[in-house]
Amino acid sequence: MSQPLLDLAGVSKTFGPVTALDRVDMQIGAAEAVGLIGDNGAGKSTLVKILSGLYPPTTGTMLFDGKEVHFGSPFEARAAGIEMIYQDLALCGDLDVAANVFLGRERKKRYGPIRLLDRAAMREDARRVMRELGTDIEPERIVGGLSGGQRQLVAVARALQFQPRLLLLDEPTAALSSEKIRVLMGLIEQLKARGVSILMISHRFTDILHVCDRIVVVRQGRIAGELAPHAQPPDRTMAAMHAMMTGDALGAGA
Amino acid sequence: MSTAETTTGGAASPLARIARRLGGGRDNSFGLLAILIALCVVLSFVSPYFLTATNLLNIGRGIAIVGIVAVGETIVIIAGGFDLSVGSVMAASGMIAGFLVTHGAPLPAAFAAALAVGIVVGFLNGAIISYARINPLIATLATLAIIRGLGYVISGGRELVISDEAFLTFGVGQFLGVPYIVILLVATFALFAWLMPRTLFGRYAYAIGSSARAAQRAGVPVSWWRIVYYVTCGLLSALAGLVFVARTGNAQPSAALGIELDVITAVILGGTSLTGGRGRLWGTFIGLLLLGVVNNGLILVGVPAFWQQVVKGSILLIAVLYDELRRNRVEEA
Repeated sequence: MSQPLLDLAGVSKTFGPVTALDRVDMQIGAAEAVGLIGDNGAGKSTLVKILSGLYPPTTGTMLFDGKEVHFGSPFEARAAGIEMIYQDLALCGDLDVAANVFLGRERKKRYGPIRLLDRAAMREDARRVMRELGTDIEPERIVGGLSGGQRQLVAVARALQFQPRLLLLDEPTAALSSEKIRVLMGLIEQLKARGVSILMISHRFTDILHVCDRIVVVRQGRIAGELAPHAQPPDRTMAAMHAMMTGDALGAGA
Repeated sequence: MSTAETTTGGAASPLARIARRLGGGRDNSFGLLAILIALCVVLSFVSPYFLTATNLLNIGRGIAIVGIVAVGETIVIIAGGFDLSVGSVMAASGMIAGFLVTHGAPLPAAFAAALAVGIVVGFLNGAIISYARINPLIATLATLAIIRGLGYVISGGRELVISDEAFLTFGVGQFLGVPYIVILLVATFALFAWLMPRTLFGRYAYAIGSSARAAQRAGVPVSWWRIVYYVTCGLLSALAGLVFVARTGNAQPSAALGIELDVITAVILGGTSLTGGRGRLWGTFIGLLLLGVVNNGLILVGVPAFWQQVVKGSILLIAVLYDELRRNRVEEA
């Protein structure tokens, strides 16, 4: 691999006496999809929150595209090209689809000193990005009236609209039907083909096996190991993942 | 079918589209408009005086003060907040303007000082609520008491009689038969109703009221915008305070006591959701007209003044119940 897009060295995060992450080293290459798995409380969410600018790390360095970065807010992480799709989607239910897609980064047009929202442009762009996702949800629809799967698509559209270089996905399939999961997985393949790197947290091992180039297992705040998903038959990979997550020796326990 | 879906159909009939425009869509103030029209028809039969120009302008004058404040209150409630301190701000700003004018200050300076009071109190409200994370009801209940109290302390409880001609003209003057204050009321509504869907100011009010967390994560500076909304409400309350003094001809520390009841009733009646995220200024305007007509009607048919308070409280209760019902319906759908 040439220079990785993201390079973490010795990243730790403590909350008072609790060590959530302990000297984590990790790389993500350009156009690489990495799956992050681990038990509840293993440190997956903390890691993703650091990457998305929600918390600063306590110690350690973070290189993005070869340059050291310190994100003070999600806004700075996004400006660098890191988009995050939250598990709870973080949408405003009373706003329409277009308003949610552009929330925080609204398009404006100038009339002399006055700047007004460019609602028509935002509607058109939202419609286009929804089409790219293979859905025809109208940009004028109020998000509160959409189904769980449709909301998920809005959250994905929101992240894609800004052409991220690294997309962080926290349990992206939690609210989706199996058919929508296939759509989303196809989409992730498409993004990889376009050169976007992906870090995906998921409890669904099958999703991770399908789309990820590499699987990173975290346990008790540390990287417990890495796996190549297609190096061995799927059931062996699953058993190995499970063993790393729980700390059991391979094949020792159920 | 949920109310949300009814507004999103692509090919609605022209009538439905007009209804949506007038009523602000799913806020359903079209129904309220129908009630208002029906009430006007009934009253015009009950009292021959109702439909006269004099009476209609009386209604307009009667709602101007509450209405200007209601514009600010609507915006604050849409953004998920609440402002109970509006009446105190009105009294305080009126007192400041009255004091300055009676002590020889030029009128523009007195007005500017009054508006500054509104901005400062609005800023305090917004800062306390945003940074100290105190419930807006409690925070503004506290500033309600503090500002009202300061008004009494500084004035010694005395009222000031205003003799400045220009100040009084602002309250009673007319342009082409329409009182200045009615023009001011309509202009305030029109300005903010135009701004809300077209600017970040409006967009973020709805976003923050809908989900402050989602807005925060999207990079919206939520605390800063909250302060902007409370400052807007404070500023409009101060403006209403000036109108109050101009109309009555005196500035008193007890002015506009309890006016928040009327203001909040108009806002909620107009379909703005108590939990934020939803509401239209058009709705508030219709709610305000309805309140004005009800008040006027009660007087015309000779109901004793004490009963008006009972009726107003009942209308607020009905409006809140209706808001609750509608919200449950949307959530179930």
